[in-house]
Amino acid sequence: MNSNNQNMETAIHTHSDMHRDDTASKLGMWLFIFTEILLFGGLFIVYSVYRYMNPVAFHLAHEELSITMGLINTIILLISSATVAMSITAIQKGDKRLSLYMVGATILLALVFLINKYFEWGSKFEHGMYPGSDLMDMLSNGDMLFFSLYFFMTGLHGVHIIVGMVLLAVSWFKIKKDAVRSDKYALLENSGLYWHLVDLIWIFLFPLFYLIH
Amino acid sequence: MSKENNHISSYKDHLLVLALLITLTVITVAITSIELNAFNTAAAMLIASCKAAIVLLYFMHLRFDQKIFLIMAFLVIALLVVVIGITFIDYLYR
Amino acid sequence: MENNHLPNYLEYRGKRTGLLGWLTTTDHKRIGLLYFYSMMTFFLTGAVLGILMRLELIAPGRQLVDAQTYNAFFTLHGLAMIFLFVIPGVGAVFGNFMLPIMLGAKDVAFPKVNLLSWYLYVLGAIIVLTSQFMGDGPPDTGWTFYAPYSLKTQTNVVAAVFGAFVLGFSSILTGLNFITTMHRMRAPGMGWKRMPMFAWTLYATGWIQLLATPIVGITLLMLAAERLLGIGFFDPAIGGDPILFQHLFWTYSHPAVYIMILPAMGVISEIIPTFSRKPLFGYTALIVSSMAIAFVGYFVWGHHMFTSGMSEGARWVFSFLSFIVAIPSAIKVFNWTATLYKGAINLQTPFWWAMAFIFVFMIGGFSGLVVGSLATDIHVHDTYFVVAHFHYIVFGGTGFAFFAAMHYWWPKIYGRMYNTKIANIGLLIFFTGFNMLYFPMFILGLMGMPRRYYDYLPQFQDGNVISTIGSWIMISGLIIIITNLIRAKKQTGKIVDNPWNGPTLEWSIQSPPTLENFEELPVVTHGPYEFK
Repeated sequence: MNSNNQNMETAIHTHSDMHRDDTASKLGMWLFIFTEILLFGGLFIVYSVYRYMNPVAFHLAHEELSITMGLINTIILLISSATVAMSITAIQKGDKRLSLYMVGATILLALVFLINKYFEWGSKFEHGMYPGSDLMDMLSNGDMLFFSLYFFMTGLHGVHIIVGMVLLAVSWFKIKKDAVRSDKYALLENSGLYWHLVDLIWIFLFPLFYLIH
Repeated sequence: MSKENNHISSYKDHLLVLALLITLTVITVAITSIELNAFNTAAAMLIASCKAAIVLLYFMHLRFDQKIFLIMAFLVIALLVVVIGITFIDYLYR
Repeated sequence: MENNHLPNYLEYRGKRTGLLGWLTTTDHKRIGLLYFYSMMTFFLTGAVLGILMRLELIAPGRQLVDAQTYNAFFTLHGLAMIFLFVIPGVGAVFGNFMLPIMLGAKDVAFPKVNLLSWYLYVLGAIIVLTSQFMGDGPPDTGWTFYAPYSLKTQTNVVAAVFGAFVLGFSSILTGLNFITTMHRMRAPGMGWKRMPMFAWTLYATGWIQLLATPIVGITLLMLAAERLLGIGFFDPAIGGDPILFQHLFWTYSHPAVYIMILPAMGVISEIIPTFSRKPLFGYTALIVSSMAIAFVGYFVWGHHMFTSGMSEGARWVFSFLSFIVAIPSAIKVFNWTATLYKGAINLQTPFWWAMAFIFVFMIGGFSGLVVGSLATDIHVHDTYFVVAHFHYIVFGGTGFAFFAAMHYWWPKIYGRMYNTKIANIGLLIFFTGFNMLYFPMFILGLMGMPRRYYDYLPQFQDGNVISTIGSWIMISGLIIIITNLIRAKKQTGKIVDNPWNGPTLEWSIQSPPTLENFEELPVVTHGPYEFK
């Protein structure tokens, strides 16, 4: 049995680092992104049905939201998408320093987005508009649905922002330690894909909540 | 990886794409602030879809990657659209 | 085998041994068995609850338990059977074990994620089960959690919903893993058109798991948010639409039926060629029909809602689409029987299971046309006819295929042969009991007995008595089958490598397989079903 153990020890070694398949990890990430698209897809179904049923209420309710705030956040996310894409270009070209800067900039922009969101939600809360509040309970049917969807969808999107930030932070440290480098950058690439997904969802959330006419 | 994916986008391309995306965003805001009735929503959604396509193709690299990713992404989004459509068969005829 | 130097995966000792060695394993075979053991536990729990429900229903009025307990029983029976047994079912156990070997790979694409899936599965199961005993009493909504009742009931719905969410996550990760494995890990020469049918069905299933599960995930999250946070989505009192909840619920839960049945069909597609000594008839047609089932199956959810108040237009569209999805299923049955034609049929236990599967699956399928067609469904909706139909499909389909797979691959997994005579007797008893248990429900349903009720009118008693006696017979068969298999595992009888002369790759290696499956990656030169 002992010699068998030895055999298996060597076997397991070749087993683990026999082949690294970056395309497989990327495919895995894409498949995960598809599930995320469908996750938000369910919410978009709910949104479109209720908007169809309550067109006037949705129109009036959206005027409570600040287009400027939404626009600023949209542009922040678009820029952060560009910076993360540039960080990948940088790592592919072997420019570690620039890659670190770009990932750092992305995380920073994500933070600014969240701070904006905090103030936006905060002003709603100040007016007594938050889930479970008395004011919210008194809302008419369509308004109630609009704000429920608003809090739930932007809230869930915020959770995704935080997950994306964690992924990017991990990538940042790995780049720093050269665990992510010009010939091995699948982690950064996949974190980037995830980050673009977060942007992708916001691209639809923005007109749906802030720009109803 | 480099064997299967040797396309490296330039910094300039990324910045151009970004500029395009921001322009489209500003256009959406402008369009929705003028009165076009039902076309407002349609226009906003159309522009959002364009922006999404740009992000998918360039930032997410679908244009340069193996075709299989592009096909999968297209089918998944088509599936979602069909599901929304079928759901609306109910609501449109209520 | 005497010329075998490496220990098999059961004997293998890594850094950690014993139980810990199993709980930290990333070996797809061990993970498959982890699923197997936990799943059998839940299956038996669900079966005991089912027996108790049947016992309660042997006569009108109270026999064993009060009405609220009965509601908790059928909710838990549904949750355990649907979410913990048949949905992961064949795919998680036999898919995990066989898929990499069938492709000529050493493991799945993401072995650690694979282990994580199992842990999520166990975590979800624990949450679902504790929801029965914690808080304000077991959920009494049934496994469907329909709003608005699920919003109003005082029972512990949130925990059960959260458990289902975690289980969904586990299912997504398994699907993701399998799809990536099939795209990236096929052995040299193993083209897509050389994959065994079982692999193909897992591929189709994987896509459903990925694309349908998130919809129910988000719906259950919304339900939980509505209960916990005081926001509103589905409560009609604030303008919400409970029918929309049903739409979203069935957008997942109908495709989930195909998550259950497709791998089961894959198992049957493996067994029939092996025991007919003939290539699978219409291999390409079977691939196309699997993908078609997965695809069209996504658009038929509304046939669960014909009486919900959905619009007329939607109802006939869904009825039409439901009939379309019957076509690929029928293609499969046709191809299986065509494979038998002029085959050198070897009457072994797995073959008998496959035949039993086809028999009950046909009954389930045809009764599906009755409930899928709009006019008749209005009559039988929410009656025992539906209960009979889905037990014939879900239990008769997936359950029978699960047992077929157990008997087919048992020698592969444990390297030991069971007593085939006892296995056949067990199957016969089980099959008799199964039909006696569920067939009377068709008649009860046509007579108008509503499902889910604790009590019933006296005119329904005859059918219920037959049904309850059937449950006793079936459970006796089940006990025989399981003890027979367990005894085979413990015996140190003759070790068999390939007792059935199976043609696919998993039979080309020793039984039980070594840790690495293949010492050298095989080079595949022909299709999956070539007999010498």
